[in-house]
Amino acid sequence: MALAGSYSAMGGCTFMIKRAMADSDPNAVSEQHRVIPRREVPLVPPDAIASRALVTVIAIMTFLASLTAGAAIMVNGVSRDWRQDVSREMTIQVKPTAGRNIDQDLRKAEELARETTGVAEVRSFSKAESEKLLEPWLGAGLELGELPVPRMIVLRLSVDTPLDAAQLRASLARLAPGAILDDHKLWIERLGTMSQTMVLVAVVIFFLVLIAMALAVAFATRGAMAGSREVINVLHFVGARDSYIARQFQRHFLLLGLRGGVIGALAAVGAFILASLLSTRWMANFGGDQLEALFGTFSLGAAGYVSTAVIAVAVAVLTGLTSRSVVFRHLQGLE
Amino acid sequence: MVRFNNVGLRYGMGPEVLRDLTFSIEPQSFQFLTGPSGAGKTTLLRLILLSLQPTRGFIRLFGKDAATLEKDEITALRRRIGVVFQDFRLLDHLTTYENVALPLRVQGRDEASYRAEVIELLGWVGLGERMHALPSVLSGGEKQRAAIARALIVRPELLLADEPTGNVDPSLARRLLRLFLELHRSGTSVVIATHDLGLMDQFDGARRLVLGDGRLHIYD
Repeated sequence: MALAGSYSAMGGCTFMIKRAMADSDPNAVSEQHRVIPRREVPLVPPDAIASRALVTVIAIMTFLASLTAGAAIMVNGVSRDWRQDVSREMTIQVKPTAGRNIDQDLRKAEELARETTGVAEVRSFSKAESEKLLEPWLGAGLELGELPVPRMIVLRLSVDTPLDAAQLRASLARLAPGAILDDHKLWIERLGTMSQTMVLVAVVIFFLVLIAMALAVAFATRGAMAGSREVINVLHFVGARDSYIARQFQRHFLLLGLRGGVIGALAAVGAFILASLLSTRWMANFGGDQLEALFGTFSLGAAGYVSTAVIAVAVAVLTGLTSRSVVFRHLQGLE
Repeated sequence: MVRFNNVGLRYGMGPEVLRDLTFSIEPQSFQFLTGPSGAGKTTLLRLILLSLQPTRGFIRLFGKDAATLEKDEITALRRRIGVVFQDFRLLDHLTTYENVALPLRVQGRDEASYRAEVIELLGWVGLGERMHALPSVLSGGEKQRAAIARALIVRPELLLADEPTGNVDPSLARRLLRLFLELHRSGTSVVIATHDLGLMDQFDGARRLVLGDGRLHIYD
């Protein structure tokens, strides 16, 4: 080549450099112009072992955070279903009262309930059915004929029309003094409190996991910076701003965080799918009802999958931001 | 361009390793900084590069008081200075091309905008065939030339070179000195720290800054 080309980087000193380095092979230039350099590599040196360890930690933390969030979502959903079911139902309990005919009171209460606006369906339990309800507590095969067993009427409420419970209660008191309307408010409150407590515990665990992960990332960043001290010095000397250096570390850790986050989130989704499949077997075993009552069918639902994806991305962002913050603090302490 | 006024430096509570340094580096000047090993040549270069703060005295760099500079201002000034380190300080995980392109890359320039410049400079320092090699497989002389190319790629107003010929054979040392002289003639101020008397004798016209016992003696 071509001494004809001008070396733009040195402005007007092209020929000076050519003269100075006259012994070198100028033909190499034209050859190399045709070579496309490899993709821009990260400036933070890759440390395969430390990176793998950090990805593993992030994956485990993401897995735990996703499990916690998923469990909270499931418990919350099941609790909401419970409360909806219970709140759509009321019961009238007709107690045997001295001087009153319980069957007559039962009929009056049933008729009143049917005529009440907001009641979609009324089902009266027979004496035998009412006695059967006591079996879990008293055992089977007992003669309960002599006992004053209360009778039950179950009211299925209309979804569209609200029921005036206070008026129904007052009417019952007038027509059948032994009848008590139970709107299950106490149960609903207890269920609500229980599910809120579980969700709160899950949220606390979730944030503890995230804090632990941020600390792990901070330590890893400090380690990476200690191992990259020479790189940072060189970057400073060649004119890199702190923000540029911090961005390099942030990008490095963001990618590690994304990798760990995706692995952890996928593992959590897999765990939920596996639990859902296994739950069909559990249902047949002792305790299956309780598990189903607490977690439903272990189905995560769209909200669960979306939240798991959000956690994976949030973990990556948290990892990047944590490392950036650590790097900035470190760089400000230098020089 | 660079002005030192009664500058002294001590590490911790130890004795002053440099004392009462008063000198200036003018635009388009050429000087050797010399003295015995351990005299403080590298330390003085680091003071010029503002990677060390003097314990007393004043330093002005490109007309600005170094003591009052913000970090970003220091970075901006460093972009006007090219540095060749004694130990090269090439990044081991980057190729020769990427190392030489580093000062442009950290300025946020697009790779396509400087690719031709870097490749051409590599060609002219004789590393055209080694542009994809990592520093670990380069010889001492190749590393030295890569380090020099990295310093030159930004067209610096001031070039600081610490023992730039310490790892090369006499023939390459002469060529590198020629390169520095040509740079000087093109307008760059050059400071070459060396204790190689043979190298300095090749250019008698250069100013000599001699460090000894922590003090600086100037021979114009």
